[in-house]
Amino acid sequence: MKKTLLPPLIPLVVVTLMAEFLVREGFVRAYLVPAPSAVLRAMMDSRMELVQALLSTSAGALTGFVMSALTGIAIAVLLSSSRGVQRAFYPYAIFFQTVPLIAVAPLLVIWFGFGIQTVIASAFVASVFPVIANTLSGILSTDPPLRDLFKLYGASPLVTLFKLRLPAALPQVFTGLRVSAGLAVIGAIVGEFIAGGGLGSVVEIARTQQRIDKVFAAVLLASLLGLGLFGLINLLSHLTLRRWHASEQAQ
Amino acid sequence: MLHEVGHARRVTSTISRGVAVQLEGVRRVFDHNHVVIAGMDLRIETGEFLAVLGPSGCGKSTLLRMIARLAEPDAGQIRIEPKGERFQTAFVFQDAHLLPWRNVLANAALPLELMGEAKPERDERARAVLEQVGLLEALDRYPAELSGGMRMRVSLARALVTEPRLLLLDEPFAALDEITRFHLDVRLRELWQRRGMTVIFVTHSVSEAAFLANRAVVLGKSGGAIKLDRRLELPAVRDNELRGDPRLGKEMRLLLGAIEE
Repeated sequence: MKKTLLPPLIPLVVVTLMAEFLVREGFVRAYLVPAPSAVLRAMMDSRMELVQALLSTSAGALTGFVMSALTGIAIAVLLSSSRGVQRAFYPYAIFFQTVPLIAVAPLLVIWFGFGIQTVIASAFVASVFPVIANTLSGILSTDPPLRDLFKLYGASPLVTLFKLRLPAALPQVFTGLRVSAGLAVIGAIVGEFIAGGGLGSVVEIARTQQRIDKVFAAVLLASLLGLGLFGLINLLSHLTLRRWHASEQAQ
Repeated sequence: MLHEVGHARRVTSTISRGVAVQLEGVRRVFDHNHVVIAGMDLRIETGEFLAVLGPSGCGKSTLLRMIARLAEPDAGQIRIEPKGERFQTAFVFQDAHLLPWRNVLANAALPLELMGEAKPERDERARAVLEQVGLLEALDRYPAELSGGMRMRVSLARALVTEPRLLLLDEPFAALDEITRFHLDVRLRELWQRRGMTVIFVTHSVSEAAFLANRAVVLGKSGGAIKLDRRLELPAVRDNELRGDPRLGKEMRLLLGAIEE
């Protein structure tokens, strides 16, 4: 544990100290980059507001993420059901991914109003595609001999899906979920820029007030939220897959 | 008299454990023009242990997949006699191909589970067959925690758990080290003798084919042409003593000669 925590901590401490020094000595203007100590002070001063905002953003991001996970896996299962279905619909899934979220966000406000629904929708739109893509590729790459084995004993497509294809796809499902967790936080913040609420609003308001220290404090919290979600998925993945792989065993 | 009756019954039951396989003009083409098997005729008798030898790409695996009904011949037909129940065929692949999220017991019980057998019965049958392959102490271990040889034994147990009448093996021990392979050869032969099923064993190891089989078929490089079909003149009981036996050496030379012809 110590060995994995220590190396990334060293650059953090060095960069923080350097930033503090550069800002204090006037090499960098404080209204462009705040001193780390100022960010910390802003965090303490507005802690109630920030905690509230963090909770609100977390709720939006997490709800959107869970929806992405569930619908993403369901869509991947449907797409995997036949090559025809896949050919017909997969291009739209990709198209969905390439639509710039920031351009769609105003539309979401029109549809869902100024509130958490828009934030959830935005988090969902941002994070659903990696779940679909990874789950689909996992389901489609099932070991052919194992498919033969299920066929040999007369397993129905549904039984094969639940007893072979989905469990076999789990490592790739988790890969998708890890990517999508970070995207859900981004989506939630984008939603909040437009619809209001949460850390997005804090950033937006602090910016107009020239409170760069508070902007940084909110951004830091948003990153920590993404990191927390990522860690949660990693933990889940480890608990689920630990007996599968020799590599996980060794750790 | 009584003894004779008992003996006769035992022989009858042994015979009924296997099936005969009849191939008539079987043809299989890949990608419209690559002929893998061009009209093969072959009969495998009930309870026979047949080794199929040949170079890579000669259609050995395709042949097995067609007999297992995992692929259809483009022409000709494959008959299994007697027709019997649906799940009388078992297949052992080149690698163990276990489900990594299931322990040894659940992996061996998988075929019965897919066939709809209740959990207590299938676990009991899986436990019995795992005992036969010497894995009783590893029931709740996971594939990642097993050696290659142990994994292959689970794979063998999974194939035998349904008490198949026809066992198809596609180079099953090729990836294992020689000592492990020797052990598994002996064990497979014992299992065959005890159960009396028909076995078709595809391999490109001449020594393994000669050691295991009662009959060996050597396929040519293309089209699945049969270059040699020979009943091996070796004792019924095969153990590691036989490995240095001149009779085994003679059979191996014959098989090798046919391959290199």
